[in-house]
This record gives sequence, structure tokens and C-alpha cells, in this order.
Amino acid sequence: MSSVDLQLNDDGQLKHFLSIEGLSKALLQEILDNAERFTTVGDRAIKKVPLLRGKTVVNLFFEPSTRTRSTFELAAKRLSADVMNINVAESATRKGESLADTLRTLEAMACDMFVVRHQNSGASFFIAQQVAPHIGVVNAGDGRHSHPTQAMLDMFSIRRHKPDFEALKVAIVGDVTHSRVARSEIQALRALGVPDIRVVGPKTLIPAGIESMGVSVFHKLEAGIADADVVIMLRLQEERMQSALLPSGNEYFKEFGLTERRLRHAAKDAIVMHPGPINRGVEIESAVADGPQSVILEQVTNGIAIRMAVMSMVMGTQVAANR
Amino acid sequence: MKLRIKRGRLVDPFNNIDEVRDVYIADRVIAGTGRSPSGFTADEEINAQGLVVCPGFVDLGARLREPGYEYKATLASELRAAAAGGFTSVCCTPDTDPVIDNDAVVESVLRRARSLRTVRLYCIGALTRNLDGQVLSEMGALRDAGCIAVSNVDSAVMDTHVLRQALTYAAGLEMTVFMHSEDPWLARQGVMHEGEISARLGLPGIPVAAEAIGLSRDLALIAESGVHAHIRGISSAPAVRLLRDARRQGLPVSSDVALANLCLSEENLIGYDPNYHLRPPLRAKADRRALTNALANSAIDAICADHQPHDKDAKSAPFSATESGASMFDTLLPKLLSLQSPSKLPLGQLIRAMTIGPAQILGLNAGHLSRNAPADVCIFDPDHEWLAHPDNFVSVGKNSPFLNEMMRGKAVITIVDGRVVYRADI
Repeated sequence: MSSVDLQLNDDGQLKHFLSIEGLSKALLQEILDNAERFTTVGDRAIKKVPLLRGKTVVNLFFEPSTRTRSTFELAAKRLSADVMNINVAESATRKGESLADTLRTLEAMACDMFVVRHQNSGASFFIAQQVAPHIGVVNAGDGRHSHPTQAMLDMFSIRRHKPDFEALKVAIVGDVTHSRVARSEIQALRALGVPDIRVVGPKTLIPAGIESMGVSVFHKLEAGIADADVVIMLRLQEERMQSALLPSGNEYFKEFGLTERRLRHAAKDAIVMHPGPINRGVEIESAVADGPQSVILEQVTNGIAIRMAVMSMVMGTQVAANR
Repeated sequence: MKLRIKRGRLVDPFNNIDEVRDVYIADRVIAGTGRSPSGFTADEEINAQGLVVCPGFVDLGARLREPGYEYKATLASELRAAAAGGFTSVCCTPDTDPVIDNDAVVESVLRRARSLRTVRLYCIGALTRNLDGQVLSEMGALRDAGCIAVSNVDSAVMDTHVLRQALTYAAGLEMTVFMHSEDPWLARQGVMHEGEISARLGLPGIPVAAEAIGLSRDLALIAESGVHAHIRGISSAPAVRLLRDARRQGLPVSSDVALANLCLSEENLIGYDPNYHLRPPLRAKADRRALTNALANSAIDAICADHQPHDKDAKSAPFSATESGASMFDTLLPKLLSLQSPSKLPLGQLIRAMTIGPAQILGLNAGHLSRNAPADVCIFDPDHEWLAHPDNFVSVGKNSPFLNEMMRGKAVITIVDGRVVYRADI
């Protein structure tokens, strides 16, 4: 089943949110517009809207996560949902329970939505195919495949600074091979009409065949970010050094670390983004991460609004389908 | 028992026959084709009008899961599925539990198969003890117990010294070695072909170089040891070229391709359906074309069903966490027929790759319907349409990449040793 068939209902509305692939520009803009409306909720004295009152949302995390899990939790609570956090990495599957069984057990508790993070690419598709039809699934990151809410919050952050997607040059720098964020961002940028998308990184960390996703490939940082309006830095995992993909963190920083000096190659008013958590001195210099062009902390704040938008849209269709 | 199969289209590639012709069976062998042998009176007649009559299919390696994995399938269930798929000879692989690496296991498997009185079963023994790639198996004992070949299946022998000795030892015993050529280091984490689609799906890839390196290594050792070797499951264009070059230099090495690699390619994995999780992986369209061409010009000798039935749980997980392999016996014939092209791949060439091709690799007197050949016959209806629904599978493995597709073609009667072992109720 294609990602479109799986996540949209017959009216073209979201029933799950698993991947950006195949979603229309209009739908992505709708998510951004809805998020815009939710940004003010956090500023109110009572930080709640009643859209998901009476609904139970399960944060089902098979991989450890702090910021994604907590922003999903906050988003669900601001929508007035009941939230249950399950850290499966430390519980059932350790005892040998299969993923399918874990899902069935949780379904039996009358949950309405699963927010899922899993270490295997495509796991969100599997889960969406397994759950009962009234349950909505939101992908909070599956393997190297997709992290669609992260991509949308990045689009949101970009739009706030650079409203015209069709005039942008965007560079994504770092470990693209292992990055679900990069894949989802490329798909979102493409769908929103960004004409110049580049991926930049050492050849071992750029997957063969990535050009087919509509990007150009650079192996030199200066050339890759030249005149870019947006520079998105990816996190470099420590374990990459063990699998012979890189010689050392030091060498990586020398070749691909974003410094103030290097950032001058980008457009003057370029913004710098990072999905976090940051490795200071590995992929980015502190002066840049904390500098005037950085929007990294804004990304986190925007994450709550985007997740509220996505959850309410997914649940909205689910409620309609049950009537 | 004398049997006459009349008015069918006889396709016997070994004898260059493709015409409407009767087939006569007497005393477990082919008594003749065409005109009735003198003094032949049939006890039973089978009307094969509108059907194709061909030698029964010969399989080069199926996971039959017994002993040890009976929760996936059994000899009884899968040999029944083989018969229903038009097979008359099947080889089972040694990756069972216990491993088929000693004469006792061989004897028990063969005894069990004989008691089922259906398709003929041949054992492939382990090349190394417990398939661990370290110590040679007792190949002489395996041969004496009835093993037709030895193989380490898809557990690569990493130590080239051990592999060289194993091939050399097998050569001395004149045993055929089946090889699955793949560099284990490059394939280690991969679950699909490395290329555009793996880049998109974020699934770890197996580069084409893994097969090219594994095959180059194996060909060098085959040449040096002089062993009779067969390469199982070729998957890429570079592998086709390596094999062709090796043959041009006079190396007597044969090869086969898994049917799935002729029918499908990497694009099928979009959507993460674990039923497309196969080893060797489904590769790019260009590889699929190269494999089809190689089959058309006989650079590849045989097609293998590569039947691997699984229990439901094995495929009920996110893609990377599932087991590889597909249940293929039920859909082999219709998918084989779907490859037909009158100019490039006529029916005869496809049937050759399922009959005399594999039989010659195994050194069996099978895969042809010459006079006095064993009466192993497949009669199929090339036009019968049926839905590949799990309920319509005879195999207990429902893990098919063709699930819920309409199939065209079905075996109607399968004859082994002159005896009808399968009759479809259609």
C-alpha cells in the first residue's frame, strides 16, 4: 500500500500522519496554517483548547527521546487529551512481546491515537496497518525513513522567516544516510515548491541514489551552502565513527562543521536550523548555534504548535469517520 | 499400470518437441510419445485437450523446514504444495535444526519423504559442520546417505581458506557444491537492494558489489579446486557478466535465478510489505532485464522457485525485523507463464529452465520425456484463472509477494514415477 493510500481517507483528509511523501502542497499548507492558530495557545493563562477532550493519546516510544516525546505530550495536553507515555524500550518488548501484541494490548485499553517512535524504517506503516480502524497513528520517527512532524515544524520555522518557499535555496548538511529528518524535509521542501534543495556531507553519509528525490549533492560545505537562505544541520551520531563511515569527530568538524566564518558563504540573512540535540564542536560551533542567525530554540517552540495541528487534524477525521 | 495422456500440447525442450502429441506411460517410465507403442493398451486415459503436458518441474533448493521449524511448514505440507505446483523433484536445503550435516539426519528426512509417496525429495547436505563455516562436514557420509549436493546455503563461509579446502575436498569426492555468492561484510546489515529506493525508504541496502565480490571470490576458488559448482540465485547485471566471462574461459559453472528476481524489482518495496523481503534482494529494473536476457540466451541455466514458507509471525513486524523469503510453490507456474514472450522467452525456454536445466545441474535422469525416462509429468492448464488468496494456497506458508493477484495457469495433474500424485479439483 502506498503512503498516500494509507494515510489519507477518501476525502483526502489525514487519517494517519506517517510520511510527507505523496502529500499535496495544499495539505501541508493547511497543517502550517492550523499550527499558526495554535501558537498563541501557549501564551494564554490557561494553555488549553478542548479539541481532544475525552480522547486518549498513547506516546509509544520504542526508542529513547526527550524533546519529541515531551513536545508531543505537551501538544496532546494542550488539546485536552489524556496522555499515556509508554517507553517500550524498557518494557514489554524487552520481555519478548511482539510489536503486534503490544499494539493489541494497548488497543484493548480503548486508546484513540498512537504517537509512535520506532527504530525500524517503515515501522509506522506496519503499525498503521495493524491498528483498528478508529485509531489514528502519528509517526514520531521510524528508523531512517520518516519524521514528518519534525519536517513540518522546520517548514513552519522557515515560513516564519522566509515566507516565499518558491524562491528558496535550502542546504541540508550532515549525515543524510541515517537521517529520517533529512528524508522528510526533502519531501516537504519539494512539495512546497522549493526550487533548490541541496544535501551536503561526506560521501559515506550521503546515500547512493538520493538525487532521485530531487536534490543536488555536495561534498564540500562551502560550495553546498553557497548563497543558501536556509542551512539545516543534522546531528552526527557517535556510533558512525565505529562503522568506518568517518575517521573522527575532529575531522568531521574540520570538513563539515558550521563555523561563523563558513556561514558567510550562505546568504547574508540565512537562518541556521538543527533538529537537536546539538553536538557542539562536532557539527556546529557554539557561536553559530547561539548566534543571531540560529532559530534552533524557536524550532522547539514551534514543534508544539505543529504537533497540535497534526493531532487535531488526524483526530478530526477519525471522529468524522465514526459518526 | 498403463496411462495414456491424449491430445495435450507436449512441450519437451530436451527433445525439441512442442506440438500436440499423446504421451504413453507404462511401468513407471515413458513408453513413448506420438504414435501408440505396439501392443499398448491403456488402463487409464487422461484427456489433456487444451492443456500443456511437460516434464515435471525440478526444484534446486527449497526450505522445507523439517526438522526443527515445523511451526513454519513440514515435509508433508510442502511436498504436497510442490505436487500441486507441478513439481516432481524437489531439493531440500540443509539449514534445518538440526542441520543436515550428518547421515542420520539425511536418512530420517529421506525416509519421511518416501513414506509420503509423493514428489521425489533430494537432500542437499551442509558444506561445513553446522553451517558454521569452520570445519568440513563429513561429505562422504552425506553422499553415501543420499545427498545430491552440498552447500553452506546463505551462511557465507567467511574464511577463504576453509572455503578453498571445502571445495577442493568436494571436488575429490565428485560432489556438486551449490553456492550463494555474497560478500558477508557488505551484505551484513542490508535488507534490500542499495539504490534509489533504499535511499528513499531509509532501509539499509545491499550493494551490487556484495554479489560481484562474493561471486568473483567463489569463481576463483571453483576454478582452482576444479569442483563442479552451481551458483544459486543470481541477482544483478554484473553477476551475469562475471558468470558469462567465467564460462567463456571454460569454467564449467552453472547458475540459476530465483523466479521473484525475474518478476519483481526494488520498486515493489515501496510500502514496506515484508512479503517483498527476499534474499538475494529484488534489484533494479536494469538488473531484472539483464537476468531475463541471460535466461533467454541460456547464460543462466535454470529458474529456482526459492520456496521459503514462513509462519505468520515471521512476516508480522516492521520490514527490517522480518525474516526474508517467499512461499513460491503455489504461484510458480502462473508467474513463470507471465514471463512468456514469443520472440524472446517462448514457453519452451521457460519450461527448459524448470525441467532439463535443473535436472542436468543435479545430474538427474529427469526433466525430459524421452522413451524409458522416469514418468515424471506435469499437466497444466495455461488459461485457468485463480486468485492468489491465502485460502487457495496449498503451502502452509502464505508469505507470497503475489498475494491477492489474479493468477493465470495452474497444474492440473502431477505424475511421479508413473503414478498420479496430484489432481486439481477444477
